Amino acid sequence: MADAIKLNIDGTDVETQPGTTIIDVATEAGIEIPKLCQHRLLSANGTCRMCLVEVEGARTLLTACTTPVQPGMKVSTRSEQVLRARRSVLEFLLAEHSLDCLVCERSGDCRLQDYAYEYGADGRQIAGKHYERGVEEPGEVEADNPFFVRDMSKCILCGRCVRMCAEVMGYGAVDFASRGAETKVATSFEMPLTESSCVFCGNCVTACPTGALQPKQGARQGRAYEYEKVRTICPYCGVGCSINLHVRDGRIIGSSAVEGPANRGLVCVKGHFGHGWIQDEDRLTRPLVRKDDGELHPTSWDEALDLVAERLRTIKSKHGSDAIGGLASAKCTNEENYLFQRFMRSCVATNNVDHCARLCHASTVAGLATVFGSGAMTNSNWEFESSDVLFITGSNTTETHPVIGAVVERGRRAGAKLIVADPRVTDMAYRADLHLQHHPGSDIALLNAMAHVILAEGLEDKEFIENRTEGFAEVKEKVAEYSPERAAELTGVPAADIIEAARMFARERRGAVLYSMGITQHSKGVDNVKAIANLAMLTGNIGRFATGVNPLRGQNNVQGACDMGCIPSHLPGYQLVSKKELRSKFERAWGSPLRADPGLTMIEMINEAADGGLRALYIMGENPMLADPDITHVKEGLENLDFLVVQDVFLTETAQLADVVLPAASFAEKSGTFTNTERRVQLVRPAVSSPGEAKADWRILCDLAARFGQSWGYEESAEIMSDLSALTPSYGGISYDRLDPVGLQWPCPDADHPGTPILHTETFARGKGLFSPVDHRPPAEVPNGEFPIVLTTGRMLYHFHTGSMTRRAPSLHAHVPTGYVEVNEQDAGHLGIEHGQPVKVISRRGGVVTQAVVTPNIKQGVVFMPFHFAEAAANVLTNTALDPVAKIPELKVCAVRLEPQPWEGARGCCCETSGESDAFEATNEGSD
Amino acid sequence: MAKRRILLCAGSGCVSSGAWKVKEELLRKLDERGLTEKFEVVASGCHGFCEQGPLLIIYPKETLYCRVEPDDVSEIVEEHLIGDRVVERLFYKDPETGERIADHAKINFYAKQERIVLKNCGVIDPESIAEYVDRGGYDGLRKAVSMDRVAVIEAVKQSGLRGRGGAGFPTGLKWDFTYKADSEKKYIVCNADEGDPGAFMDRSVLEGDPHAVLEGMLVAGYAVGADEGYIYVRAEYPLAVKRLRIAIEQAEEQGYLGSDIFDSGFSFHVSVKEGAGAFVCGEETALLASIMGKRGMPSPRPPFPATSGLWGKPTCLNNVETFANVPFILREGWEKYAAIGTEGSKGTKIFALTGKVNNTGLVEVPMGNTIRKVVYEIGGGVKDDREFKAVQIGGPSGGCIPNSLIDTPIDYDSLVEAGAMMGSGGMVVVDDETCMVDLARYFLEFVQSESCGKCPPCRVGTRKMLECLKRICDGEGEADDIDWLINVGESIKSYSLCGLGQTAPNPALTTIRYFRDEYEAHIKDRTCPAGACQALIDYVIVAEKCKGCGLCIKACPVEAISGEKKTVHTIDYDLCIKCGACMEVCKLDAVIRGKPAAQKEEAA
Repeated sequence: MADAIKLNIDGTDVETQPGTTIIDVATEAGIEIPKLCQHRLLSANGTCRMCLVEVEGARTLLTACTTPVQPGMKVSTRSEQVLRARRSVLEFLLAEHSLDCLVCERSGDCRLQDYAYEYGADGRQIAGKHYERGVEEPGEVEADNPFFVRDMSKCILCGRCVRMCAEVMGYGAVDFASRGAETKVATSFEMPLTESSCVFCGNCVTACPTGALQPKQGARQGRAYEYEKVRTICPYCGVGCSINLHVRDGRIIGSSAVEGPANRGLVCVKGHFGHGWIQDEDRLTRPLVRKDDGELHPTSWDEALDLVAERLRTIKSKHGSDAIGGLASAKCTNEENYLFQRFMRSCVATNNVDHCARLCHASTVAGLATVFGSGAMTNSNWEFESSDVLFITGSNTTETHPVIGAVVERGRRAGAKLIVADPRVTDMAYRADLHLQHHPGSDIALLNAMAHVILAEGLEDKEFIENRTEGFAEVKEKVAEYSPERAAELTGVPAADIIEAARMFARERRGAVLYSMGITQHSKGVDNVKAIANLAMLTGNIGRFATGVNPLRGQNNVQGACDMGCIPSHLPGYQLVSKKELRSKFERAWGSPLRADPGLTMIEMINEAADGGLRALYIMGENPMLADPDITHVKEGLENLDFLVVQDVFLTETAQLADVVLPAASFAEKSGTFTNTERRVQLVRPAVSSPGEAKADWRILCDLAARFGQSWGYEESAEIMSDLSALTPSYGGISYDRLDPVGLQWPCPDADHPGTPILHTETFARGKGLFSPVDHRPPAEVPNGEFPIVLTTGRMLYHFHTGSMTRRAPSLHAHVPTGYVEVNEQDAGHLGIEHGQPVKVISRRGGVVTQAVVTPNIKQGVVFMPFHFAEAAANVLTNTALDPVAKIPELKVCAVRLEPQPWEGARGCCCETSGESDAFEATNEGSD
Repeated sequence: MAKRRILLCAGSGCVSSGAWKVKEELLRKLDERGLTEKFEVVASGCHGFCEQGPLLIIYPKETLYCRVEPDDVSEIVEEHLIGDRVVERLFYKDPETGERIADHAKINFYAKQERIVLKNCGVIDPESIAEYVDRGGYDGLRKAVSMDRVAVIEAVKQSGLRGRGGAGFPTGLKWDFTYKADSEKKYIVCNADEGDPGAFMDRSVLEGDPHAVLEGMLVAGYAVGADEGYIYVRAEYPLAVKRLRIAIEQAEEQGYLGSDIFDSGFSFHVSVKEGAGAFVCGEETALLASIMGKRGMPSPRPPFPATSGLWGKPTCLNNVETFANVPFILREGWEKYAAIGTEGSKGTKIFALTGKVNNTGLVEVPMGNTIRKVVYEIGGGVKDDREFKAVQIGGPSGGCIPNSLIDTPIDYDSLVEAGAMMGSGGMVVVDDETCMVDLARYFLEFVQSESCGKCPPCRVGTRKMLECLKRICDGEGEADDIDWLINVGESIKSYSLCGLGQTAPNPALTTIRYFRDEYEAHIKDRTCPAGACQALIDYVIVAEKCKGCGLCIKACPVEAISGEKKTVHTIDYDLCIKCGACMEVCKLDAVIRGKPAAQKEEAA
């Protein structure tokens, strides 16, 4: 580290590192310098002039945000001259600012207002008696998107929004336009935001220091000083963003981003504007029981729970405990998932407990546990801004994990090379230095060939391989079979690109691999994961800062649900049910015997239900009727059950089939913890009370356990945490009092342990990293004459999972009201399909009608459908072929054919005619 | 036998006055008379005497013909080229003496200049590298690469050359900073984004002697260790762009540009980047942003381009005229250069002399000459023998220097002391018919529309100052407006981010400083002493002089004048649009500008 620099600020001697700016060192010293344009995530550019300070010997006042400290510098931040400057700058700003604080939403939460008050400036010094107050063209307020309004009469041109959009999010939807006093922030050609590359993350709204950008949610319902901000964790993807819920009179009136360790103040459109569902009138408020008339009727908790207990006991005694299964929830808290598997294991006495991780990262958990000894993301979200090369494969990061997408973008802007492997031209692919557009399901060929090139060219990390790993020889032998030329045939990626990707990845010092469902949701998902691990170990990219193998988890608490043992083979903390000493620890704690044999996985439970082996299913917060492959088959299975209990916040497609429906509290109505993708355990706090009689899942589970004679005695969720941490070594040091405000990353074995941002730093969890030779094999279902096209499925930015939340979030639903299928433009030409035309997508398992989005951004011979939309459910079509180890279905590849349908009514894509524009096109086409 | 040379000025000024048509006619006529073997017509760069264009110089006697039109060509060919008789009617006519002068070297406009930078302009064919080389071109570079880099920088330091873009930063020091910056990659950037209203010296140098600029950049590149250069030139200068491209191509062909120049191991490549005409892109950080494809907005310094410029690499950025000075310094030695000019300001400076002066055009004079010398000796004095009131120096960033300071020497420091600045070298002569408030208004109008809009003092402040100045010109000024202008102007200067804002109020502040009485007249008396502010004057018919001829009635476009023949005419001020047509046509000077009629009535 360079020598410290000594300087003097306002008479105080301070020391700091070279390269620090005056504003940073002042802040460190507790001296506040006013600022409007400076933002910790954005480049400093001295725009607003509020941070001018006096530096002895300088010709003019200097902007503290841009001026680096110099040894011996003497800085005055409150001299007469400086105060005069600040007041003067405010006068200039306010002379043209619409001073309608009386009606402004941001009043009380406006930095400009605060400074105006502090310095006694109101613009009159400049505008004087000639100031024409509040005269604005009505057209200046842009309000035609569902998320926020732009009121340029309040814009002070600080450029935070411009920089946020370009430097952080990577979209550049807005920039400065015109010159002089006419300067404004505008989109290209001053089109509405809906027709720009804007993705409505609203991070510009968060950054805006005035009322120029205002969220639509909560308008006229209360200002900052009138509502309470409840800090909690976003319930959507696995990034784990901290958000505030704005609560007034017991109602949530809005939400906003807040600085948290996982998100550093950023959110995406869902986290920012997507919480309207919490107070949707569809919320379940009373338990429902299916009566003789075949309908669900409201009833009391006692009646419902008595019925559940009685039916489960009866089925258990008649068909054995393994005739009962349970699906836990990646949306529920750690505490609830812990209790759910405890209920299944100790009350029902079965290991038939699983959850939707089976559909997403089962391959990761199985694959990485084998090769590293731990199946989780090795590094942390924000390390990627410091990586030298980022290899993203099978992850549409900017749409599915938008805030990590932003971190990647920051890394890219800081000079990191970006390689993206994806059959679609996603935003990430568009931004990449190298895009490998491979055939779906050809990942192993691609990854093995990269390893082949690295070894052939001697780019491997020999020391790491020697000291930290085993099994290298076998992998060396295996990848020798995968020349770039052979891989080119298997993947469709030119050999030269494969070679370049290999070199690009191997030559940089810090290389990180990020992946997601594109790798795991295959019948060879585990092998895909192993191939990635091979590549990382080959280049020594494990156990160091800004490197690693990084599976991005898709749900707020899917990591936690796995951690809590909601998997048929493991007790909490990945402790094998088959190991006696581990099992007996839990038996002692829970006071009941536990089964040693692993239970059924999710897909196996559905199959068993269809075959009659499984008689009852208890589903907490999951919706297999949309999420699982081959929905027709799922429905058969569920309908064939003797008894189905669904515990949820809405009457989902699955709940509609249930015998008993239990109304649960949402995340906003309870305490607990979520564990995000970087293994960070964070606090969830109640903001409002549950509607009607809805109850927190953990309370329901306690009540149900009591009916099985187990009195768990929990009054607070914190008590559950203290119990589970005693039994779960990786959570051993975690307690609520340690989680505020930044949480803890597991492993955290004891109360003094600071948590673990990076796994496998000294040794792997299993000792040495295990190289595992893997071979390419084709997907379970390949195109043929009847089904000539590959269907791949996934998420899109504006919706989440089965849509039960986002489609009830008014702004998100208004923006993207229905589903679609992306068709390559040349394929569309051959098939006679036009943009927006209804088209039937048919697989061996069924067919759905949706509308076509014709685009160049998808490989020929491949179509893509998001799976959020019940009316055009992609999972009617998908294949249930399983990975033999992880039992994950091959949701990413199946064979389909397309049949254009006659136009109904006016032509045009729904997204265009709805007036909400082609937002998904904007996001798919990349930033330009 | 060598051909006789006919030099046709093909600078932008002469081209727009019809030089190409003259050339066409000349070639046709020479062909018709079978003289193409005897004479060659060379299109040169700007001669600087734009007011008299199109210009034609016939060798060997260098006879100068002014304002030549295609119809004059036949006479020139028949009389001068064939008959060896000069065409006297096309000679320059001295405004003082009325004498017709044939030899351009004897015309004061040229005789009193000292041309270093403009040495080749108007003399050589700018599209011929051979002509440049013949006149010592690239000798400076050849010498530089034989020297140690530090010695080259030292020579430039010793020469005393300061930046000609306006601020006058010592060039050698700037090179030294860039030289000392630690980086494998460095850039040289030539600022050819000349944007001051009325200034066109950079354009003329680029059009007339582009190789001089390239040579300067090459020397700089060698000195600081850069291997790549950009010339950022306004797209509105198509001829300059064209000639630069030709020059670059020729220099590459001849090995003056490219790899391993003069077998010295030094390599240098130059690209031309056309700007989109934003004035603020003349500011160095904005210019660099623009080259990098960003919006041309200035950034705070530090970091200075010398340490972090183009793509974060050390970048040495100088103006066209600065680079064009460099070949002389290397070729002739810094001692010779440093002998010209004053203690603090060495060498010459080119000014664009315009306004109410007889000889307008480009003039290059040693630093330290007085304003008086430039205006009266070279410029031939104020037009129509009116009273000299002030010069506006340095364009929108500069200021006005009044008659009382006419003996101020023109150098960086004296001008700053007087409240103006060298700027790029615009020099507008102002006579008693120019209103100083209106002049300030004009420049504020310019800067406020050219402000990039980034920082509030400049963006908002210049607009508000303009509004105030407009009110004063409209006769709606208020007593505290002058103090308000000074306060706001000082705030803009103190708190703005870049040089544009930091100098934008200068035209207003210096006119207030030297002509406060004119402001007060507008505000207190509601009069414009210069008679220029329309709202503050009315055309008045002087009853004693009017003979009732009716000429003004006919001339008035809005029928505002009435009166019987041979009776005194009257103006209906409700209809009058103050176009001045009546005053122009009146042969008896019976129509004059006076105080607004309404006021006079009130007073009465």
